[in-house]
Amino acid sequence: MDIFVQIVLTVITASTPLLFAASGELITEKSGVLNLGVEGMMLIGAITGFAVAISTGSATLAIFAAAIAGAAAAFIFGFLTLSLLANQVATGLALTIFGVGISALVGAAFVGVALEPLPKLAIPGISTLPVIGPIVFGQDIMVYGSFVLIAAIYWFLKHSHWGLVVRAVGESHDSAHALGYPVIAIRYMATIFGGAMCGLGGAYLSLAYTPMWAENMTAGRGWIALALVVFATWRPGRLLLGAYMFGGITILQLHAQGAGINVPSQFMSMLPYLATILVLVLISRDKVRIRLNAPNCIGQAFRPAH
Amino acid sequence: MIRLEPRKQHSEAMIYLTPVLALVLTMITGMIIFAFLGKDPLVALYTYFVLPLSTTYGLTELVVKATPLVMIGIGLAMGFRANVWNIGAEGQFTMGALAGGGLALAFHDSENALLLPTMIVFGALGGMAWAAIPAWLKTRFNANEILTSLMLTYVALLFLSYLVHGPWRDPAGYNFPESRIFPDAGTMPTLVEGSRMHFGAILALLAVVGGWLILAKALIGFQLRVVGVAPVAARYVGFKEKRLIWFVLLLGGGLAGVAGVSEVSGPIGQLIPTISPGYGFTAIIVAFLGRLHPVGVLFAGLVMALTYLGGETAQIEIGLPAAVAGIFQGIILFFLLACDVLNLYRIRIGWRVRHGGAA
Repeated sequence: MDIFVQIVLTVITASTPLLFAASGELITEKSGVLNLGVEGMMLIGAITGFAVAISTGSATLAIFAAAIAGAAAAFIFGFLTLSLLANQVATGLALTIFGVGISALVGAAFVGVALEPLPKLAIPGISTLPVIGPIVFGQDIMVYGSFVLIAAIYWFLKHSHWGLVVRAVGESHDSAHALGYPVIAIRYMATIFGGAMCGLGGAYLSLAYTPMWAENMTAGRGWIALALVVFATWRPGRLLLGAYMFGGITILQLHAQGAGINVPSQFMSMLPYLATILVLVLISRDKVRIRLNAPNCIGQAFRPAH
Repeated sequence: MIRLEPRKQHSEAMIYLTPVLALVLTMITGMIIFAFLGKDPLVALYTYFVLPLSTTYGLTELVVKATPLVMIGIGLAMGFRANVWNIGAEGQFTMGALAGGGLALAFHDSENALLLPTMIVFGALGGMAWAAIPAWLKTRFNANEILTSLMLTYVALLFLSYLVHGPWRDPAGYNFPESRIFPDAGTMPTLVEGSRMHFGAILALLAVVGGWLILAKALIGFQLRVVGVAPVAARYVGFKEKRLIWFVLLLGGGLAGVAGVSEVSGPIGQLIPTISPGYGFTAIIVAFLGRLHPVGVLFAGLVMALTYLGGETAQIEIGLPAAVAGIFQGIILFFLLACDVLNLYRIRIGWRVRHGGAA
């Protein structure tokens, strides 16, 4: 039983950063903006969170700072693509390259510094219950936060007025504009929200998953998060499923070695990337499904005619 | 109030001016960053961008770093023109290095003069094979090439790591994760005595010429340009989109593969866990900064090579962190994309004036 609990716990920690980043990108894409800078924003969030946690000792401040840093990075992207109508693909790549660089620069002072991981919930008598205790009542605040987030996004997109507006802007910016909705402002907000969530995803890596800083510590998770959004066909419920599936694949490596499976570690490490390709292929081969679910205006610049 | 007013015709002059403007803005931003890092901005700027070019050795090193950037950049530029976003050049570079380098290791006591040319061919094939995967997944299954090519980069880097830690490790290498040193017959000849500038630079120049010929003279080059500018028109006149996707991905992969084998058989001389400081990613910037044109890519490759070289010099001379190079590269692309708005729009400051007014 212990090993089962152990596996579930590591799956949760491996999945949480993906869930944050992919949820944020989901909202961004729903508004018709394709921000490929997820990896860069996660790295910026990771180093900001870590640096603030080390220098202030406050995990709360660290989490907030990471979200703000991710949002700020997304704002740069928004300014270039929404106000200056720059190509979204190229700008997203630039954001990732920039994020890798600036996080490495700031992080140079923090390499090798150790941090206490985020505290876990501990309710006397309940968090120590067998199995359910540590899994349900023994997580850190960000894990609970990620579930609240995905539920909120589900409700927002499906049942709220402004969720509908975001979707309208993503489906047909011209119609939304004609109806009097501020397309650019809404896209700015969706982009900035996405950046903040990517910042949180990155912060989870450096505050809880492996409480330390290492250059490029996201190791492609930002790109996997992007693929998850496609895999989820832009639906929050499936996004949750996908994030946990990928979290599971990521930690397979740790437990396979523990179980004495003798495959070189590099091949085990390839699994999440290969799995990403596989699910992309499985989902994308159904062109109709992608076309029906993808926001119609994704990646297109909008400049109001008048 | 700032607003954008579309130009009736996009500005020829701006196409060439914006990269220069972007570079100037990057330098200014760079000085601010230097000041934040507690360095004298002018000294730092001089150390970063001028000092490396003040010696012959520095100039040859610039070429060493520009060689892979230009080679990869040419291939990527072709793809970007046709809206095929191969961002996995780093992986194709690695697989090229492995294919060519593997050959050198298999014939590690060879003195055959054909070894190096064969390695280059293997490098091209290795890169092409790796790029063929996203091409196939894109054309057959509609899978996004941005994500697949990037995921394959991680796979390729892990594969390299496996090989140098395992089967390809030098048996006499005290367990270091390094392969044998390549034989002389499998090493790029240097072009300048006492430098690391190697034959790969010639290959890069050939790639520039070849790329220019394809774009300017070949039918497929014409199709690439049309698909990029007017995809609907291209479909209407019956251009085979899938064939174009295959073409640009194989071309990009092949060039990245040659760049990879040139690097390991040139300045490195063996296989080691890290064979590239991110050339495959930086080449994306090279392609854009070079305006997706082969000749532009040549100049842009030299500029971006300077960000690497300057980064190294500034690290040694004034203790700037090596990561500054990455920031510069990101910022250059940001500014370039921001300045590009000037090609298509005029910036008007002030309130809108009605047509027919004094606009």
